Amino acid sequence: MSQEVLDLVVEKVHGFLGEEVLAFEEPEPEPEEEPKEDEKPKRRKKPEPKIERPADLNFGRPMIILDSDKWSVELAKMLRDDEELQFDFLSCVTGVDYDEHMEVIYNFYSTVKDYYLGVKIKTPRDNPSVASIEPLWKAADYMEREVYDLLGIDFPGHWNMKRILLQDEWEGHPLRKDYVTDKKALGLD
Amino acid sequence: MSINTEEMILNMGPQHPSTHGVFRLKLHVNGETITKAEPVMGYLHRGSEKLAEGFIYTQFIPYTDRLDYMNAMTNNYIYCAGVEKLLDWEIPERAEYLRIITMELNRIASHQLWWGTYLLDIGALSPFLYALRDRETVLDRLNEISGARMTFNYMRIGGVKWDAPDGWIEKVKESVKVLRENIAEYDELVTGNEIFQARTMNVGTLTKEQVINWGLSGPIARGSGVDIDIRKTEPYSIYDRFDFEVPVETKGDAYARYKVRIAELHQSLNIIEQACEQIPAEGDIIHKKGARIMMIKPPAAEAYTRAEASKGEIGVYVVSNGKTKPYRVKLRRPSFVNVSILQDMLVGESIQNVVAIFGSLDVVLGEVDA
Amino acid sequence: MDLLTMILYAVIILGALLGAVTYAILFERKVIGYMQLRPGPNRHGPWGLFQTIADVMKLLMKEDIIPTAADKKIFIIAPVLAFVPSFAIFATIAWSENIVGADLNIGVLYFIGISSITTLGVLMGGWSSNNKYSLLGAIRGVAQVISYEIPLVLSIIGVVILVGSLNFREIVLYQESIGMWLIIPQFLAFIVYMISAIAELNRSPFDLPEAESELVSGYHTEYSGFRFAFFMLAEYVYAIAISALATTLFLGGWLGPAFLPGILWFLLKMCFFMFFWFWLRATLPRARVDHLMGFGWKVLIPLALLNIVITAIIKVWMG
Repeated sequence: MSQEVLDLVVEKVHGFLGEEVLAFEEPEPEPEEEPKEDEKPKRRKKPEPKIERPADLNFGRPMIILDSDKWSVELAKMLRDDEELQFDFLSCVTGVDYDEHMEVIYNFYSTVKDYYLGVKIKTPRDNPSVASIEPLWKAADYMEREVYDLLGIDFPGHWNMKRILLQDEWEGHPLRKDYVTDKKALGLD
Repeated sequence: MSINTEEMILNMGPQHPSTHGVFRLKLHVNGETITKAEPVMGYLHRGSEKLAEGFIYTQFIPYTDRLDYMNAMTNNYIYCAGVEKLLDWEIPERAEYLRIITMELNRIASHQLWWGTYLLDIGALSPFLYALRDRETVLDRLNEISGARMTFNYMRIGGVKWDAPDGWIEKVKESVKVLRENIAEYDELVTGNEIFQARTMNVGTLTKEQVINWGLSGPIARGSGVDIDIRKTEPYSIYDRFDFEVPVETKGDAYARYKVRIAELHQSLNIIEQACEQIPAEGDIIHKKGARIMMIKPPAAEAYTRAEASKGEIGVYVVSNGKTKPYRVKLRRPSFVNVSILQDMLVGESIQNVVAIFGSLDVVLGEVDA
Repeated sequence: MDLLTMILYAVIILGALLGAVTYAILFERKVIGYMQLRPGPNRHGPWGLFQTIADVMKLLMKEDIIPTAADKKIFIIAPVLAFVPSFAIFATIAWSENIVGADLNIGVLYFIGISSITTLGVLMGGWSSNNKYSLLGAIRGVAQVISYEIPLVLSIIGVVILVGSLNFREIVLYQESIGMWLIIPQFLAFIVYMISAIAELNRSPFDLPEAESELVSGYHTEYSGFRFAFFMLAEYVYAIAISALATTLFLGGWLGPAFLPGILWFLLKMCFFMFFWFWLRATLPRARVDHLMGFGWKVLIPLALLNIVITAIIKVWMG
């Protein structure tokens, strides 16, 4: 089932972008899949000798990986409005900080088709920015703001991009790996 | 002649009796009509996700209790399930049943407390005390098995911490009977009351499209005719073994959400009853490795796991880099997403409805602020 | 001499009222407590008898806080203005055949007229606090009390037409003469009176001016200490007054089987009304402002008018 969904999504996204840029990984057929040549995603994990099963992404769920310059509101709109996909429910927005890049992961769900889809968008670490999907899924309103607040990833297109959990004057973005907690300033030390 | 009117900004909270915690609603009011609503949150932000990165996997479990402290069992579960997904562990049968029973008991406690406090918001005093009386039955059972009344810290990666004490299952069966009678009282006392109906019917109506677009889940979604219950659509744990219904109302108003929650109480009791019948008499309660190793090392991978909490879809996105500490734990808290609809649905409403609407969303601030 | 009795009577009534309010509060808390599966106050004295006294002591000893931004003079006058009229109306109540302060022939009119002044205290308190919740509470309170004053008065008119007098004693004596309480011929009026009385008193389910879940505490949000105590006192004294009025008008005042003295019957009937209000408070959720207003203007006033018409017809027909 999820392989079919993935194939469908891949086909659609390819059709939309008009070029072979989509990198994807599918966990179900276990051996490593051949990612598309030119956009081979940077795998941050080195193959470890002792793991019990192949490391994979988002178990059993289709996931596509994109670069932030390929990701756009129009592409998201296609995912939402396409007759065969209809990913109308946004479950979760996650931001992750890596040494060399940052990632935003959108988890979509289709209430009509009962499909799942993860979309992972990679963005450079200096000046990270991912097109906002808030105009399409209002659910992204707070979730993207939270990612911005804690990780400092900008979402151009969001109507109200400001901090949500931390106070407005807060400096830095705590969930970044290089964030240093100033215990003195917080009165903890 | 024109009268010059000024827009009034009314600050509801952070200290206000009906925001159920430290939540602030900045209401721009024209007369009694709200022209703009700005929710302000973060007063209770503890940086749970940042804390998770500094702990080994097991150490973070008690912190999940503090998110939605009314429904801590499901929070425990979702975090453990998220990590288990990376580990690809098989959970022992008995542990699964104990998880289900405790989670459903906790869902009942959560809904009961909501029922009480919502009626308190609406202005009725007694239901709150009735709800607390009945919740006590549930909390006693949870206390007996986990040793805590609210923040249980009961689940472990790979199973549960404690086996049920002797005779506990029987006690739960008894409690279910008692609760069934007590919950029937709720209907008698409140559901048919005309003042209550007048205050909740056609108040805070949400359409199906709104619900889906704003990512609302749980009883709010089901009150608007969106038939999503992750226990049914994507049965996690062993929910596929039980026979229960997903109550759905179509009106989308506060009263529909109320009805959904009351119906869910009965469904949870059904699940508990069945689980108590089916549970194996003995067996492991935790995966062998989970019991043995403190330093759990999931392989480098990431996954999103979701479950149905009493407030809606709770999810966790765990990223592991093969070390003993999680690389990133993202918590999808249902209340955080559900509360976002306020800025949309309050506009055009009258101030007198704010409390009735806000209460009907069942928001817990510990969860909103993480 | 006359002046002396007057003052003496006033002092006795004041003392009795303070005691009555003290125990009305305890009664309320106990009644609601038992209805809610809890014992109510039981720490101070046997059966919690000294609880309210302790509460009042606490209130009196509290620091007197006046918000900086408040309008000081009005802020200070407001609780007094709320309390004095509610106390003054007791002058005309006929407790029994002989015990009556001022046997006014316009007793009912006096009662209604003076009691309306209480609203001013509410408005002044809410306005001068310079707090948005207080203001909203005061506005709601005034709107509600004024709207419900009308059906309240209209329902009383039915009784007045039947009796042909505004004097409390004569109203009771009339009931004695026809051999039944006016609740029977004036049942519609009684219903209207009871409902509007609850709204008049800002009691649950119509306690909107002080809806604590919405308006924090309504018009007395900023009040504390003895000023707050004054508002509370006014509220309960007024409740006692309204139940006294109901007793006189509909339940035959001091009338009752002779094994108890008249005044005791009077007090018992009052207690029944008080109990009824507490019972409602333990049961019902709070109504909404617009529903409340709509109900008052669209249902209660027409009903009260209908009652007047029917009563008038009966009166004329019976001669």
